[in-house]
Amino acid sequence: MAMVYQTTIWQITIWLLSAICVVCALSVILQKNPVVSAIHLVGCFFALAGLFLMLHAPFLAAAQIIVYAGAIMVLFIFVIMLLNLKKDPERFSAARLFRLPRIALLSLLLFSFLISIFATAFPFASYSRADTGRSVGDVATLLFTKYLFPFELASLLLLIAMIGGIVMAKKRLP
Amino acid sequence: MSYSYYLILSSILFTIGVSGVLLRRNLIVIFMSIELMLNSVNLALVAISKYLHHVDGQIFVFFIITVAAAEAAVGLAIVIALYRHKETTNIDEINLLKG
Repeated sequence: MAMVYQTTIWQITIWLLSAICVVCALSVILQKNPVVSAIHLVGCFFALAGLFLMLHAPFLAAAQIIVYAGAIMVLFIFVIMLLNLKKDPERFSAARLFRLPRIALLSLLLFSFLISIFATAFPFASYSRADTGRSVGDVATLLFTKYLFPFELASLLLLIAMIGGIVMAKKRLP
Repeated sequence: MSYSYYLILSSILFTIGVSGVLLRRNLIVIFMSIELMLNSVNLALVAISKYLHHVDGQIFVFFIITVAAAEAAVGLAIVIALYRHKETTNIDEINLLKG
C-alpha cells in the first residue's frame, strides 16, 4: 500500500506540478500585462492545489481552488478591469531596478542557505504504512472541536472585511 | 527527502514573491506577489503537517486562506480609493507622505 508513494509516476507528477508552479510564479513577476500575471497566478494556484493533493490534503486542495483561484483572483481581475490597467513596458520600478544585482545575489545566497538546511532536515522521514491520508472528516472534527473559537472569529473577520471593503471603495457623494 | 523537497519549493516561491514585491512598480502585481508568498507558506505548513501526522497544519492553512481573502478584499478596496484620488497605480508616484 505504501509502495505507490515511491513510484516514478508519483515523483514525476510532483516534479511536473512544481515546475508548473515555479514557471507560473516567475511569469507573475515578469509579465508586462497585469491580466496575464493574474492568469499565471491562477495556474500557480492550481499547481499548488495538485501539490496539496499529493500531500493528502483533499479539503485544502478544494478550498484552494474554490477560494483562491475562484474568488480572490476573480476579485483581482475585476479590479484590474475596473482600473483599466494597460500593458506596462517599463514594468520594473526604475527607482529600484539598480538594486537587481544585489537582490539576485542575496536571493541566491538565501536559496543555498535554505536548501542546505532543508535537504538534511528530515533524515528519518518516510511515508509510513499506517498513514493513508487525512480525509475531510478529520479536518472537520478538529475544526469544530479544538479550533471552534478561531472558526467563529474568522467569520467575524470576513464580515469586518466585507464592510470595510464596501466603505473604502464606494464613491464619495459630493 | 521528499518532505525537504516541498520546503525547498516553498522557499523558492517565497523568494520569487519577495523579489516581485521589491522589483515591480504596479500595485496590483505587488499584491499578487504577496498572495504568492502566503501560498508558499501554505505549502510548507501542509508538508510539515503531513510529516508530523497532525491535521493542525491543515487547519492553520484554512485560516490563512480565510485571512488572505479578507486582506485581498480590503487591500483592493484601498487600491481603488487610491486610484480614484491619484489616477495611478505606480507606487513610485504615491509619495505624498515623503519628507
